Amino acid sequence: MMRGFSKHGCMSAALVVLVMLSTACASGPNTNPKDPWEPMNRSVSKFNDTLDDNILKPAAIGYRDYTPQPVQTGVSNFFRNLSDVFSTANNGLQLKGRETAESLMRVVVNTVLGIYGIFDVATEIGLHRHPEDFGQTLGYWGVPDGPYVVLPVFGPSTVRDTSVLPLEFATDFVGNHDVVVERNLAQVTRIVDKRASLLQASDLLSGAAIDKYSFTRDAYLQYRRNQVYDGNPPDDDALPDPSAEPATPSAK
Amino acid sequence: MSRFLSRRTISVWLLGAVCALGMAGAVRAAEESADAFIKRVSSDILDSIKADKSIQNGDVNKIGVLVDQRVMPNVNFLRMTASAVGPTWRQSSPEQQKRLQEEFKVLLVRTYSGALGQVSDQSILIKPLRAAADDKEVLVRTEVRGKGDPIQLDYRVEKSADGASWKVYNMNVMGVWLVENYRSQFAQEINAKGVDGLIASLADRNKINARAAK
Repeated sequence: MMRGFSKHGCMSAALVVLVMLSTACASGPNTNPKDPWEPMNRSVSKFNDTLDDNILKPAAIGYRDYTPQPVQTGVSNFFRNLSDVFSTANNGLQLKGRETAESLMRVVVNTVLGIYGIFDVATEIGLHRHPEDFGQTLGYWGVPDGPYVVLPVFGPSTVRDTSVLPLEFATDFVGNHDVVVERNLAQVTRIVDKRASLLQASDLLSGAAIDKYSFTRDAYLQYRRNQVYDGNPPDDDALPDPSAEPATPSAK
Repeated sequence: MSRFLSRRTISVWLLGAVCALGMAGAVRAAEESADAFIKRVSSDILDSIKADKSIQNGDVNKIGVLVDQRVMPNVNFLRMTASAVGPTWRQSSPEQQKRLQEEFKVLLVRTYSGALGQVSDQSILIKPLRAAADDKEVLVRTEVRGKGDPIQLDYRVEKSADGASWKVYNMNVMGVWLVENYRSQFAQEINAKGVDGLIASLADRNKINARAAK
């Protein structure tokens, strides 16, 4: 456990330093205030896209097309059950009584009746998920998200969400599993399962975006903010409507 | 990253786009509340998708008809486009404004039509409305219920000038507002290449999408 922590901890720390170093050269006149490290982030995104096109996406397509649907559902449920354990802890850390209790009940029900989480019995009986992670807990207690960061392999994040990575690695059930063969198999399966669930979304994203990088960034930042506020962010005012202005003849 | 990109979420984006973009043109009495408006329109659209297998299979022509007849009459697409473009909108010529709306609409419809096949057993739950009776602009919060986790789907609606009907002018899925999400991309294009550059980029994107669909 400790060994895993220090190894991953150093990795993440090095990463953050690397990102910090790039700050100096990154600001231009049109810099987005949420994304001061845009040039660096764009390079990492390019790296991630290449990795994805050549390895991850083909693997996920193969998995989607050649694995029986019940197996895929069982695999997804299994990993979701593991993450419900962390939702329980984080709901607790945010002092959300009912959500903590429901998340705990989900884990118990799914682990026992759902055979280690392979079947999502809890949702069937009306116990819904309340996903929370360490990044959201920090946000709940007022820690700002900080600049946008694209991590190699892991993808979109923020400084706040990156700062809890060492903790997430240290407490991760899969990464700390003792049997090496099983651990590696579980790691790979988890990644492929995740990527497979995003296949349609990533296609949509490439079709919908004019600039995929900033589209992903803006969506990610909005999405995380919404999560921290549990779907109810404050001062979410409507944008001004330029078409509604009195038709003053514009300067020709 | 995550749930906002998951397979089910996409179907909700799609659903939301369709719902936002249209209901049957039936304009009801002025007293209809904003949440009742959303409820009526969403149910209409969901029902017509469920009733038509070819829409679920992604028939582009059928989807186009659905959008034009049922979605667009309930959307202030002029406002959506203008606020995504930002302050530059007012300096644009009427011709540019028309082109921007056309290309933006094609982009949204084409993008989301593929996800229509995902619509199956969903239903819409309208959350309690926090608005005064005479509010001209209202946030209507809903949840899409189906298999698995409920998905947040919110709309901003405005009362038309004559007060007779409501129109949607923005929507969000899981906290991601559609107009806001196009804003910085549009600004980027305009800064680099001007309004005509943005129109050209949109048109290019649409051409690539159309080719990929064949």
